[in-house]
Amino acid sequence: MMLAAAPQVVIPNFGGNPHSCVRENHTICWGWLRDNWSGTLWPALRDHVELTLIAIGIGFAIALALALLAHRHDRVEHPVSIVTGIIYTIPSLALFQVLVGIRAFGLSRTSVEIALVGYTLLILFRNTLLGLRGVPSEVVEAARGMGLTRRQILWKVEMPLALPAIVAGLRIATVTIISLATIAAFIIDQGLGAPIRDALNNGLFKTELYAAAALAVALAILADLVLLALQHALTPWDRRDR
Amino acid sequence: MRPYTAQPEGPSPFPSAGGPQAAAELELRNVSKRYPGAASAAIEDLSLTVPAGEICVLVGPSGCGKTTAMRLINRMIDPSGGDILLEGRSVLNRDPSELRREIGYVIQQVGLFPHLTVADNIATVPKLLGWKRARTASRVDELLELVGLREVQGIAGRYPAQLSGGQRQRVGVARALAADPPLMLMDEPFGAIDPINRERLQDEFLRLQEQVRKTVVFVTHDIDEAIKMGDRIAILREGGHLAQYDTPQDLLTHPADEFVAQFVGADRGLKRLGLTRLDEMQLEQVNGGPVPKDRIAASTTARDALSRMLTAGGGALAVVDDDDRVQGIVTVDLVTELLRDPSA
Repeated sequence: MMLAAAPQVVIPNFGGNPHSCVRENHTICWGWLRDNWSGTLWPALRDHVELTLIAIGIGFAIALALALLAHRHDRVEHPVSIVTGIIYTIPSLALFQVLVGIRAFGLSRTSVEIALVGYTLLILFRNTLLGLRGVPSEVVEAARGMGLTRRQILWKVEMPLALPAIVAGLRIATVTIISLATIAAFIIDQGLGAPIRDALNNGLFKTELYAAAALAVALAILADLVLLALQHALTPWDRRDR
Repeated sequence: MRPYTAQPEGPSPFPSAGGPQAAAELELRNVSKRYPGAASAAIEDLSLTVPAGEICVLVGPSGCGKTTAMRLINRMIDPSGGDILLEGRSVLNRDPSELRREIGYVIQQVGLFPHLTVADNIATVPKLLGWKRARTASRVDELLELVGLREVQGIAGRYPAQLSGGQRQRVGVARALAADPPLMLMDEPFGAIDPINRERLQDEFLRLQEQVRKTVVFVTHDIDEAIKMGDRIAILREGGHLAQYDTPQDLLTHPADEFVAQFVGADRGLKRLGLTRLDEMQLEQVNGGPVPKDRIAASTTARDALSRMLTAGGGALAVVDDDDRVQGIVTVDLVTELLRDPSA
């Protein structure tokens, strides 16, 4: 990539007859945005949401299962923490390349999702387990003493009380994945990373670069707010302002 | 469940819940508990019977196994030997969860569910038992009344974090009583409450017990609380040995050994006086003679009366009933007599 190239040197092909705003690479060209919203930016945004939702969904399912296991059997925690911790520290570009190198995956969405799921695990596992362990012991004791079975204690007492910690984990993981998923464009032509990549290749085309980046940021903020609202709706007892 | 009839005219915070309800006899038969690796047993050959409808207080120094003994009853832990019978039936071959739904359980930290409202907390066991919605709702209402919380505006919809310590404890008791269990286990239920409120909660519970007449096993480390609450007191010593099992009166009059005597305290005579109210004593009759001008209520204990007389220089007091009518005269000698008489 030639990030340092002067705008005049590379003549980008914007397909057709570009406005002067685009030719001169002004900060924001509204005309270009209008013309390319439905063909470029909207599909990229939609794919980005899809990539994120799938990664968070699968990641949460795996992390929840691991956390429940670790909650019951203490010895599970350590190995899971180590493995998910190692995955978390692998540089994302390197992880994508490794997965692409595996014949079964290659340059596919599967490669992207495996990597993204991998990055959610540490956060979701840790937060879910902390939430379950944070349930006051006297509450569990009282639940047992009243005749709730182990399963009833888990689903009616421990999980609801762990919800704030679980949602906190989901928020961090979601924002992280929205940011990370832009790198998927190095493998597949999907997500908000694709217009960013194209803008970089087109002599740092500012409008497309800023628009795609802004959409990613807006998506992250919106997702965070939605999850926060969800947590409030689900945990009416956990209000500080009472 | 009995239909509930409101008695709005009653001044008592616990209007009648409908008379005495079923209670079960509890018997511990040679129960022992040893933990693997532990040098000595936590409970050793413990046998005692709690008659239906009575409060049995397990009391003793820390490490005596009183909480362990209580937790064996609802199988929070399983005994190493012996048997536990509820209404003549062993609890050991029963499903622990089903058994616990028939036994009210109150712990010191209460353990209310923070994510459920007061009403939902109280409804826990009825819901587990699959009660119909309407039945559960009316039972919740009845219990709020029973523990004196119904007049608190909007209490049913509040979360535990919005309650005071005393209110939480009352909800805890209501929750334990919800499915009308024949047996209640209470582990230092008022231990975390300040002394003034603790006394109120104790009085309230005794009044409540007069109505519901449950069999109650009550654990405390406080001998004064034991004497106040117990119909019978089991004093345990290190290793879960039963040192003495008696009524408060007998325990204070005839401590079985040095350990018990020491545990009940050197002031056990005074404590005994605390068990007798003036209206239960043979008072000196007035018979036209002079009436002391200092008056004292007939519901006062002999202990408090003695304290008043000593403070006032040893003079006699006129004992009066609720309507201020003189019932008789109490003197220091009369109170001393009470201690001398072994049948008192």
